[in-house]
Amino acid sequence: MNDMILEMLSRILIPATQLFGAYILFHGHLSPGGGFSGGTIIGASFILYSLVYRFTAQKHRLKHETSLWLEVGGVLVYVMAGLVGIVFGRHFLTNQGVFPTGEPGRLWSSGMILLVTLGIGAKVAGTVLKLFQELLEGGAEPDGHH
Amino acid sequence: MLAAINVLLLLFLVVCAVVVARTKDLLSATVIFGAYSMVMSIIWQQLHSPDVAITEAAIGAGATSLLFLAAISRTGRHEE
Repeated sequence: MNDMILEMLSRILIPATQLFGAYILFHGHLSPGGGFSGGTIIGASFILYSLVYRFTAQKHRLKHETSLWLEVGGVLVYVMAGLVGIVFGRHFLTNQGVFPTGEPGRLWSSGMILLVTLGIGAKVAGTVLKLFQELLEGGAEPDGHH
Repeated sequence: MLAAINVLLLLFLVVCAVVVARTKDLLSATVIFGAYSMVMSIIWQQLHSPDVAITEAAIGAGATSLLFLAAISRTGRHEE
């Protein structure tokens, strides 16, 4: 099935949603929002993508490994950013004095908080996508069909 | 004027909550629940907590509705 309305709408909606989610992610330490909200918005755009391309092109569908790697990668980024403080002889997740900070109020002013927020965003987006995939496609099929 | 709008929003919230509980068609209930979350998000904004408002709009109106839709597509649309 090749639905033109779905395809055209998703071509506009999905990049706009992802841009808004990225804005909320990157400005998490300056304005309302942050890792959780931005990650959910990006995850919702992934869900929209996998919903739309269920009905159009099967070969472009998101695999279960994608959400798995997003989740694991987000946690790894968080832990690695935290361990840098220990390597420099301070506490876990130390920010000041280890990471370079900029002018207050600007985007590059927070040291590693931006990095940690991006990790949380990837984790939350992967989790939301994983929940949806497991609910719609995965799991046991007692009757052998969906 | 603003207080009147807030009272209107809260009344709409109560009506939505009651209708969600009483609707037998689960797909309609999901859509009404999305409307409930959207109004709740505006109320959070009126209470000066924009962070919670963004999260409510993303989780309540977006992700939860989609998860409910997925669950309905795996089970049945009507409550018996």
